[in-house]
Amino acid sequence: MSLLKVSGSPHVHGNESVEKIMKYVCLALLPTILVAIYCFGLGAIKVLLIAIISCVFFEWFIGKFILKTKSTVKDYSAMLTGILLALNVPSSLPWYMIVIGCFVAIAIAKMAFGGLGNNIFNPALVGRVFLLISFPVQMTMWPKPFASARMLFFNGFNKIDQEIVDAVTGPTPLGILQNGGADAIHSSNYADYVMGFMGGSIGEISAIAILLGGIFLLWRKIISWHIPVSFILTSFLFAGVLWLVDPTRFADPLFHILTGGLMLGAFFMATDMVTSPMTPKGMLLFGFGCGLITILIRSFGAYPEGVSFAILIMNAFVPLINKGFKPKRFGKEVKHG
Amino acid sequence: MKTFKLGGVHPEENKLSSGSAIEIFPVPEKVYISLSQHLGAPAVPIVAKGDKVKTGDLIAKGEAFISANIHSSVSGTVEKIDEWIDTGGYKVPHVIINVEGDEWNDSIDRSTELVKDIKLTSEEIIQKIKEMGVVGLGGAAFPTHVKFMIPEGKKADSLIINAVECEPYLTSDHRLMLERPNELLIGTQILMKALKVEKAYIGIENNKKDAIELLSSLNYSGIEIVPLKVKYPQGAEKQLIKAVLGREVPSGKLPIDIGCVVNNSGSTFATYEAVQKNKPLFERVVTVTGKTVGHPSNFLVRIGTPIGALLKEVEVNMDEIGKIISGGPMMGKAIISSDVPVSKGTSGVLLMHENESHRGEVRNCIRCAKCVEACPMGLEPYLIAAVAKNELWDEAEKAYVMDCMECGCCQFTCPSYRPLVDYLRVGKRNVGQIIRNRAK
Repeated sequence: MSLLKVSGSPHVHGNESVEKIMKYVCLALLPTILVAIYCFGLGAIKVLLIAIISCVFFEWFIGKFILKTKSTVKDYSAMLTGILLALNVPSSLPWYMIVIGCFVAIAIAKMAFGGLGNNIFNPALVGRVFLLISFPVQMTMWPKPFASARMLFFNGFNKIDQEIVDAVTGPTPLGILQNGGADAIHSSNYADYVMGFMGGSIGEISAIAILLGGIFLLWRKIISWHIPVSFILTSFLFAGVLWLVDPTRFADPLFHILTGGLMLGAFFMATDMVTSPMTPKGMLLFGFGCGLITILIRSFGAYPEGVSFAILIMNAFVPLINKGFKPKRFGKEVKHG
Repeated sequence: MKTFKLGGVHPEENKLSSGSAIEIFPVPEKVYISLSQHLGAPAVPIVAKGDKVKTGDLIAKGEAFISANIHSSVSGTVEKIDEWIDTGGYKVPHVIINVEGDEWNDSIDRSTELVKDIKLTSEEIIQKIKEMGVVGLGGAAFPTHVKFMIPEGKKADSLIINAVECEPYLTSDHRLMLERPNELLIGTQILMKALKVEKAYIGIENNKKDAIELLSSLNYSGIEIVPLKVKYPQGAEKQLIKAVLGREVPSGKLPIDIGCVVNNSGSTFATYEAVQKNKPLFERVVTVTGKTVGHPSNFLVRIGTPIGALLKEVEVNMDEIGKIISGGPMMGKAIISSDVPVSKGTSGVLLMHENESHRGEVRNCIRCAKCVEACPMGLEPYLIAAVAKNELWDEAEKAYVMDCMECGCCQFTCPSYRPLVDYLRVGKRNVGQIIRNRAK
């Protein structure tokens, strides 16, 4: 007999791992990715590939040459960040902007804080907001689904030909709302929103695909219902109140939920384990804050879309929420000691 | 079906030996009987080198308040009283006896006839339990008589027998219930009388349906069989009370503070033998199991038998074994050598293959909150581990580290394979020291 090993209990493990969690989240995004590719064709594939490769590269490079730690590339978290960032930009975004977004996401929002687990803000959203502020034109130029994606892919936006642009791009429903008010969206077709036939970032267009992935994550117990439900419900109720007050100025609540990044944000971005609260009550508050800020920005802010900002703002409150909302302790009814 | 509400996990049950009837394990050539097999002060030896002893003779007295008597498990000659490795990995004094035959102390009733009539009074029962060295057989080995001496001003209304056996792999309680159900139930009645209560509950997890059926079919007044949904750590005292009665033991208090006493089913059987048969606790049922074990077994073993002797009887290739666990995989102790003897607290011996004996690579905490969700005490293991790692004992105390019972649910669920329980133990030891110093 070889020497025996000793260690403290427990001696068995439930076999859950960071790799598995990240892989399952990537898998849950598959329906959304497929819809994106179906609607935007090669443009979507291009964006996804560039984003994944750059994120993984930056993570590997920084780990190896700057932090000099064991590579964390194999945990799939960089790949997930790449996918999420890609899903949050238009399919027409030039390649170098995607690379810049990935650099900000991985190098600044994640690795500078100490890598996976230590970041305060959702890396993909930091990358996205950085791009939105730095390149507002390209980030809000939305190719219409099915509109000659091939043309966009080959010409790109390096040489912006206004004719091509007008032919294949259009505003998002939220953009229409921002510019034209509630009247402008009256002709909108909710069935199209549900299926994903609207302008927008490549991953935020199909509510049903996102919902499928979200249900998978709930079933696998990777996320709990608290954040998505309170996020969506708060948005719905708050938008509903505004709509009842002035239906000519504000959009109806269903419109708010089905358009923009709300579904993607509620199921895949706000639920990021690292940057969301630890207890169910904290999660409910977090989701509530996200929903409230989203609708505030959409209804009264300068930007047509507010999901990214809302989640990032609430990310900043997470340490405070974790301090304020403790789990229910066994046997705490009677005073201690 | 009843269970506790907060936290908990469901590890693979792996009750490989549940179909193996209890076999009487042969008396070894030499036994090593530890003087501190129980929680509390070590017992004081009353034999010396060269003394002849019979099976069941008292060899060491538990003199402190929390301590227990120790009896010889064999007949023979005391070779020496010397240090030997115990389950915890420390060298502690053991009485080492060379076995000669198997001659039992005459006062022990060796017949298998059931004795139903309880003649002793409450006080006499507790005295008898003390005399016979009965301790909790679930693992912690807390002296049973201390549990039943109710402090002034407190009163018990219910007795709960812990037959949950929530640890994966272990089946010793299960087999005992199937093979000696009447003894277990009479033992329960004895303890009810000792405690002066009218009501007892036997909590059994639903993966032992045959035992639930069998015990329910026997008629003993005042005893209710409570089937429980399978969930770890249901065998923990506070969780079991919550599951059976819905009562919650306040933080820092004992079950008696809410009118309950919990006793392990193996100890209840030992109580029957002590009170009705005058038999001291010198043998116990030990499950010897593991995924690569050819014959997972339940043995009735004399205390002091080296664990190595048990391993020879279960068909296992010891070259492939990486870890030997005394107890179950969730809370058992990894022993450092197969020379470690069976003690009163050895509920099982689990052999882990080299491949399953490693811990996973530790990653950063990703704040997934799985540990918070799994903690049956409602603590934040990730936080306590972090403050304990940084030696912030005040913070650890404020995070209620002393409520932790080291059940291992947090570490079991951690996707980053963080050694949470290691840090919690360090935290408990240091905070406990600080609290004791403060009280002085």
